[in-house]
Amino acid sequence: MTTTGARLRVDPIACDGRGLCAEVLPELITLDDWGFPIIGDGEVPPGLMAAAGEAIRLCPLLALRRC
Amino acid sequence: MNAVDTRNREADGGPGLRAGHLPRLLPQRRGGGPASWEEHCARHGGLPVIGWDEGWRGQLMAEVGRSGLTGRGGAGFPTARKLRAVAAGRDAPVVIANGTEGEPASAKDKVLLAREPHLVLDGAVLAAQLVGARQAFVVVHEAVREIVDGAVAERKQGRRDGIRLKVMTGADRFVGGEASALVNWVGNGIPLPTVTPPRAAEHGLYGRPTLVQNVETLAHLALIARYGAAWFRSLGTAAEPGSMLVTLIGGVHRPGVYEIEIGRPVGEILALAGGPAVPLGALLVGGYFGTWAGPEAACPLPFSANGLSEVGASPGAGLIAALPTDSCGLAETARVARYLAGESAGQCGPCVFGLDAIAGALEDLAVGRSFRPDLLRRWTGQVEGRGACHHPDGAVRLIRSALRVFGAEIDRHAQGLCCGRRPLGVLPVPPRRQP
Repeated sequence: MTTTGARLRVDPIACDGRGLCAEVLPELITLDDWGFPIIGDGEVPPGLMAAAGEAIRLCPLLALRRC
Repeated sequence: MNAVDTRNREADGGPGLRAGHLPRLLPQRRGGGPASWEEHCARHGGLPVIGWDEGWRGQLMAEVGRSGLTGRGGAGFPTARKLRAVAAGRDAPVVIANGTEGEPASAKDKVLLAREPHLVLDGAVLAAQLVGARQAFVVVHEAVREIVDGAVAERKQGRRDGIRLKVMTGADRFVGGEASALVNWVGNGIPLPTVTPPRAAEHGLYGRPTLVQNVETLAHLALIARYGAAWFRSLGTAAEPGSMLVTLIGGVHRPGVYEIEIGRPVGEILALAGGPAVPLGALLVGGYFGTWAGPEAACPLPFSANGLSEVGASPGAGLIAALPTDSCGLAETARVARYLAGESAGQCGPCVFGLDAIAGALEDLAVGRSFRPDLLRRWTGQVEGRGACHHPDGAVRLIRSALRVFGAEIDRHAQGLCCGRRPLGVLPVPPRRQP
């Protein structure tokens, strides 16, 4: 099985809960009861790398990062 | 053989502390007020001179490692490892002695600074020399600022430490003592946590490697430099050596700050304060980020990380709050939860909105307005691990333990009953700050 080694992390101070990331990448990002993203600990699977990149680009506050 | 000259001179009647004996940090002295430089030296001898000698630094660093000293600010991180991490940085390091003690229930750092300021300052100077820093900031609670200023002035007059000591008053808020918030406060005047990594040890004040160390830890360091690792280990357990300061509040005869051997049973620690003054329903162990436990379960346990893990607790910053049976633990916890929600730095959404929601649900539960433990479980799960600092995690630990320990009380509240017969306030909470 291929691994990407890519994980997503949100900067909780920068994040304002706009929620775009969860719309683009619902497979990996859900929202809590106040609209802030909950991101799984696991690696981004190969099939979702493009969507993950899109989620990072779309964040208006540059709070979502790859690590 | 000890690498450090252990100046234990009890044999010739000179200064020194006997192995295996208390007190270490807080000796009985006649008269009030802080120990002067002369009194301090009469008890311990002068500060061992390390200066910039590489050999001495290496030896003392190894001695601290052998001592097994861990941080006394709550997290319990091995001190030698932190010292080495800071010393390994490329830029010149800085030291911050953390005496902010923003937790309203805890008094041990204030008492230590008020009574033995020179022991803490010795530790700050030694820590600076160990990591190769030329400056140490000593950030203290405003209640003891004058005393610490006086002690620093005394040292400047009589002798040179070779390290610049700068005293500052900490920001008067709960998160102000968190390492990144303290660095932000000293450097920028902003008492708010920043995102980690980078940690202060690598990239702290002015971007330099920064040692943030609790003042009690520094006081222990000052004693280890004089009496050695073997002496330090003559109290405590093999895994958690030494002594520590604890703050006892609530339903005991003589609330206050006591020095204990690590691993002493909780019940014996209560006895130091004269024992329970009233029948006790629960103990809050560790602090406001700590854990509630039943007295029968907790009292026989050793006060150590290992011993207290049996009830899911840890020594934390050394608080034990004794809750009388006729006080309502749910209502007390709801009040502290509201305080902690208000003390959120306001930066991270889950902490701001989550802690507020959780405090509201707890308040509803405490006054019997509504009964939603399912929501509390859901929200504590959603808040945990989602802040830049561990403020939400600590609050969640406290609240979860309350739901566990006061389970029977929750059921009574659901029927409109409450055990509380006394006014709230076993756990002190400062007045609400103006938004």
